[in-house]
Amino acid sequence: MLVYLIRRLGQSLLVIAVMATLVFVAMFAVGDPVDILASPDADQRERDAIAKRLGLDRPLWEQFGLFVWRALHGDLGRSFVYNVPAVDVILQRLPATLELALTGLVFSIAIGIPLGVLAGLKPYSRLGRGIMSGSILGFSLPNFWIGLMLILLFAVELRLLPAGGRGPVVSVLGIPTAAFSLEGLKHLILPALTLALYKSALVIRIAQAGTREVMLQDYIRFARAKGLSRQRIIFVHVLKNIMIPVVTVLGLELGSMIAFAVVTETVFAYPGMGKLLIDSINRLDRPVIVAYLMMTVVIFVIINLIVDLLYAAIDPRVRLAEAKG
Amino acid sequence: MTPPILTVRDLVVTFGTREGVLTAVNGVSFDLYLGEVLGLVGESGSGKSVTGLAILGLIDPPGQIARGSITLDGAELIGKPEEELRALRGKRLAMIFQDPMTTLNPVLRIDTQMIEAIQAHERVSGKAARERARQALARVGIPSPEERLDAYPHQFSGGMRQRVAIAIALLHRPAVLVADEPTTALDVTIQAQILAEVQSLAAETGTAMLWITHDLSVIAGFADRIAVMYAGRIVETGSVVDVLETPIHPYTAGLIGSVPSRNKRGVPLAQIPGMTPSLAKLPPGCPFSPRCPRATVTCRTTMPAETPFAGARMARCHHPLTGEPLAA
Ligand SMILES: Nc1ncnc2c1ncn2[C@@H]1O[C@H](COP(=O)(O)OP(=O)(O)OP(=O)(O)O)[C@@H](O)[C@H]1O
Ligand code: SF4
Ligand SMILES: [Mg+2]
Repeated sequence: MLVYLIRRLGQSLLVIAVMATLVFVAMFAVGDPVDILASPDADQRERDAIAKRLGLDRPLWEQFGLFVWRALHGDLGRSFVYNVPAVDVILQRLPATLELALTGLVFSIAIGIPLGVLAGLKPYSRLGRGIMSGSILGFSLPNFWIGLMLILLFAVELRLLPAGGRGPVVSVLGIPTAAFSLEGLKHLILPALTLALYKSALVIRIAQAGTREVMLQDYIRFARAKGLSRQRIIFVHVLKNIMIPVVTVLGLELGSMIAFAVVTETVFAYPGMGKLLIDSINRLDRPVIVAYLMMTVVIFVIINLIVDLLYAAIDPRVRLAEAKG
Repeated sequence: MTPPILTVRDLVVTFGTREGVLTAVNGVSFDLYLGEVLGLVGESGSGKSVTGLAILGLIDPPGQIARGSITLDGAELIGKPEEELRALRGKRLAMIFQDPMTTLNPVLRIDTQMIEAIQAHERVSGKAARERARQALARVGIPSPEERLDAYPHQFSGGMRQRVAIAIALLHRPAVLVADEPTTALDVTIQAQILAEVQSLAAETGTAMLWITHDLSVIAGFADRIAVMYAGRIVETGSVVDVLETPIHPYTAGLIGSVPSRNKRGVPLAQIPGMTPSLAKLPPGCPFSPRCPRATVTCRTTMPAETPFAGARMARCHHPLTGEPLAA
């Protein structure tokens, strides 16, 4: 297990290094930041001064070295707009996005697993077919459209839930969160649901396919021959087996949920990282864009690492393979 | 004579498939007596597994029991509510399967899978159930059972997994054990060990066994009686010695001829010509007639009926190899 952990950590660091290089290249390949910072009527001397201040007059490898060196110290530059470290700007918005993504994750499990298992147990029934057709809808409807429809229905027509924004933020165990008050939850429901719909469809399909496959296995037949109740077979024998693919996929999807949050947060004017990214792009706040890209990479990598470890915890066969490998 | 523990009468199991309704088991009848081992033999696809599953009430759609009667201790099982059947499964009726690599749930520990089998039928504490599970593992010859309880199936060899399955099946001292080719997937030495162990365990618990196999040599030293199945029907029954030494039905003779044995060394094995028939297009008369060396016009047009023979034997054949049918 330890060897495996070390190897996985090494891989993760490699991914981050490669991504850092790409982000650096992209950042300096796209236009000259001096154009944005210098006033249009600045002369060459002023422009040189800005370039010198930003270190742009040095050779490329040196600039890259400096970028990496600073990044390692958590310094990804200062936001042009807020004039504070870009990392701080992002970190300030991170809890809101994580809150949204995690709530979305919980929703997609709560919706996806029961429906998927139900559809898998009776694949040819009207219910089973209906669920699967519904999941196709969940796949094909665009995120922003679902968001707008939900706003129209629940906020405009029924006036049950707020149309956007985030609830009052309080500090729980040192983490600023809005998820523990009724008002905060009300604000979370619609964006989280929007974010969760696509993933629910995914979970439904995985759970349905998994259930169908598991139900045909000899060990289910043997479990029935032992005289186990249907509930025990479904909730223990089937569920435990289908959790393996569900956890894997969902874990990997948590990263993409954070990325998807860009659209959802914009639709719901939700003050998270995604909305910040769009705002920063509009304002050409490059350090924040770079910081966003780097931090999402790191989050992705960390999530994948956790998923792999979780996977090993659920599936005893993986544990064995690793002990050998 | 005591009444049979299990009776099967005129059992018909059908499967609705795209090619139409297949009759996988077609009018099967037999009795199983307390402590007895009945070998059910036949080629692949003859309906052995379906018969076994029907006894436990485990036929799933598109299959269904279309007709017939199955009684355990004199009580009818067909049509019993699912909850009552569940209470019998694992308790009075047990079953083990062919592939030991797949009969245990890969993500649950052995103790979980054994304790749940105990608690499905008895109100006992987890601790007491675990202790019983440990003893059961020890009885089937699993070394250091206490540690093995904490293991997962993939940590066992095929033979050990089948031992675990047997231990689970016998936990409640069932009246009847249906063993669906449980040793076919194992190598010969392990097969022999497990056969010997099951035999002594079943004798201890008084469990009657329906031992399904396509391998006559397994049955020869093990079963008391044999039932030979062909295309969904039992074509011959009798004591092991009678059936193997003087088969009545040409199909039985063909099966015996295709078994390699010591005294036939050097002689080429006689294969039964032709293929197992497809259930979808069986000939109108005797289903074996296209492959039978003795087939006549009668055979091709008229289905032979179950006919009693001397020595408590039965066969379905117009032209028996030995013996005279008893007048009905
Ligand atoms: N789920 C099913 N759907 C459709 N047909 C089935 C199904 N299960 C069994 N059958 C039919 O029943 C017939 C008998 O199958 P069964 O499994 O009882 O054979 P068997 O004698 O156990 O053979 P084997 O030695 O290969 O295990 C098969 O030929 C098949 O056509
Ligand atoms: S009835 Fe005829 S065809 Fe069928 S087994 Fe007997 S002799 Fe052969
Ligand atoms: Mg079979």
